[in-house]
Amino acid sequence: MSVILKVENISKQYRLGTVGSGTLKDDFKRSWAKLRGKEDPFLKVGAVNDKSQKSTEDYVWALRDINFEVRHGEVLGIIGKNGAGKSTLLKILSRVTAPTTGVIKSRGRIASLLEVGTGFHHELTGRENIYLNGAILGMTKAEINSKLDEIIDFSGCERYIDTPTKRYSSGMTVRLAFAVAAHLEPEILVVDEVLAVGDAEFQKKAIGKMKDISQGEGRTVLFVSHNMASIQNLCTRAILLDNGSVRADNFVDKIIQQYLQPLIEKEKNNFKKEISEEERILQGQLSIEYVELISGKGKNELPQTGKSLIFKFVMKNPRDIQTNRVKFDFRIDDQYGNRLLWFSTSTSSNSLLRNKPLRSIEFLIKKLPLNQGNYIVTTHLMVDNIVSDWSKNAFYFNVLEGFFYEQLVEVSVQQAQILTDYEISIND
Amino acid sequence: MAENEDWLYEINAKQHLIHLDLKEIWRYKDLLFLFIRRDIIAAYKQSILGPLWYLIQPLFTGIIFTLVFNNIASISTGGAPPFLFNLAGITMWSYFAQCLNNTSNTFASNAGLFAKVYFPRIIAPMSQAISALFKLSIQLFIFTCFYLYFVAKGSAISPNYTLWFIPFLILIVAVLGLGTGMLISSLTTKYRDFRILIGFATTLLMYISAVMYPISEVQNSKTLSEYTWVVELNPIAILIEAFRYMTLQEGIFNWGLLGYCALLSLMVFFVGLVVFNRTGRNFIDTI
Repeated sequence: MSVILKVENISKQYRLGTVGSGTLKDDFKRSWAKLRGKEDPFLKVGAVNDKSQKSTEDYVWALRDINFEVRHGEVLGIIGKNGAGKSTLLKILSRVTAPTTGVIKSRGRIASLLEVGTGFHHELTGRENIYLNGAILGMTKAEINSKLDEIIDFSGCERYIDTPTKRYSSGMTVRLAFAVAAHLEPEILVVDEVLAVGDAEFQKKAIGKMKDISQGEGRTVLFVSHNMASIQNLCTRAILLDNGSVRADNFVDKIIQQYLQPLIEKEKNNFKKEISEEERILQGQLSIEYVELISGKGKNELPQTGKSLIFKFVMKNPRDIQTNRVKFDFRIDDQYGNRLLWFSTSTSSNSLLRNKPLRSIEFLIKKLPLNQGNYIVTTHLMVDNIVSDWSKNAFYFNVLEGFFYEQLVEVSVQQAQILTDYEISIND
Repeated sequence: MAENEDWLYEINAKQHLIHLDLKEIWRYKDLLFLFIRRDIIAAYKQSILGPLWYLIQPLFTGIIFTLVFNNIASISTGGAPPFLFNLAGITMWSYFAQCLNNTSNTFASNAGLFAKVYFPRIIAPMSQAISALFKLSIQLFIFTCFYLYFVAKGSAISPNYTLWFIPFLILIVAVLGLGTGMLISSLTTKYRDFRILIGFATTLLMYISAVMYPISEVQNSKTLSEYTWVVELNPIAILIEAFRYMTLQEGIFNWGLLGYCALLSLMVFFVGLVVFNRTGRNFIDTI
């Protein structure tokens, strides 16, 4: 297969701080250097983009010497932590902003699904917006005409198609926008986290469409998402961005491993887990201080398939909020983001009825039904039905292989991730 | 693998100074039309009078100008009826002002769009200049109506043989407005001062653009004789004078001066284009 997109030495420099003060001076210095035929003096400076450290430099490299190639029909995943440079790279690829150095060569039109719904005008009707949005994304009127019915059908907004979009619900607007974008026919499609929008049914539709685009129609797709499951599902190859440079470029499974490894490694043998501030979406008057995992009999045992496991959530409760005002639940996902198990105080009748200040909540799983592997926990705590503490990917934990069944049979991960007790009756 | 270098396009860190990819603009012509349509439709949605506003604005401005400048200040408008004289000036001026104002807002008003998708950026100001034509045509229609009314009333006005030049005159005004607007819109992204400046600068500009007085009045004035060049060399003043000459036989009409206007407009346009393109490539980072 031929190379359809070639990225050579792409770098992007940003200026820190406020734009305005001092820029006029720098602008003059730049122009003066240019007039004398010298190199831009500010290209030499610039620190590596590490956000945790306070930089002394005014200029920062969001991307540094990015090189990769995409072949025709390939679905390339782009993975990286927040701030690794993914969005900047996509912005440059979709020509929203120009690179500071380097060249990108392309054999096809690139269209992006960067936050769908760009250019929607709220005074215009759904139909008019389809035309406008389609044209903004690079379609011609004839192309839109030929696909209009399909787009309207896909969006599921037939009834409202001649109503101004300002009367739409936000979900409908997003669906209409995605419908337009999904019917684009560029040679290269850039997708950024679109799967995060819309309801579950629509997400399924969207993923299906993405698959059609990438597999059935042989389109080249660049796909950025935090959802490892959809990356693994859709992509064949992936690149891992770290602090603005490509750290690895390989098959998708290897890259996902490489991405998750440091996160898992860090917490692997921790029985007491602190919730990192980065993952906290919300923190109110009542919050989780730390989590203890108690497996089997002893305290220093790692969670193991088939053994008992206690999740003990120790609360920070400075205002002595009473137990009966609290509702708490948590979810266990696998490392790709597939939701596996859900636990909630609301499922139990005897829980949390007392009028005493809440100190900790324990969940006992008598027989851990999770097979060997890495898992991620998301927690959600409500006081009087208002969210008080919510952490996505609050912590990771590792489950060792073990025996779930009496027969002492080990079930491989290839067979199943979740196990359950059952009875067999054989009728002769 | 042997690389044959038949790339569709390249994204480079550097770009040619003057970059006007007409082929690309042609490919996006549908977008241009849709933008024009959007601007016209959305401008007066949810207003009771709708496009009637296009009528009301020049009409009232015309009446006020006539009262203030002709009745109170008694500026002579030659043989032409003062109201018609003012209406002619206002029609031309408001087209220029609209081109200038709308295009100078290009980056600010399209920031959300420019931040997310690529299309030739010049489409946005171009659509503004063209959709302003819609307003102009309504105003020209009103002008014609009043023209006929005054003819019927027996005013000694008649159009000139140079009337055929009107489309080109409008084109020059459009190019000048577009060019200046692009230049200012680019400067505004980095230095917000220009946004404040442009508001009252257009008003001030109107006073030196022979909108409500003929150039001859300035030339005849004794006290201002040193500064007549401000009006005489002002391309907008020349263009408005020419328009009044074509329609009302009143004012200065000179092919040389019009050539100078056309040349200046093109120059402003290309300077605007260069600055606009350079800004468009990176403006998302500075906003």
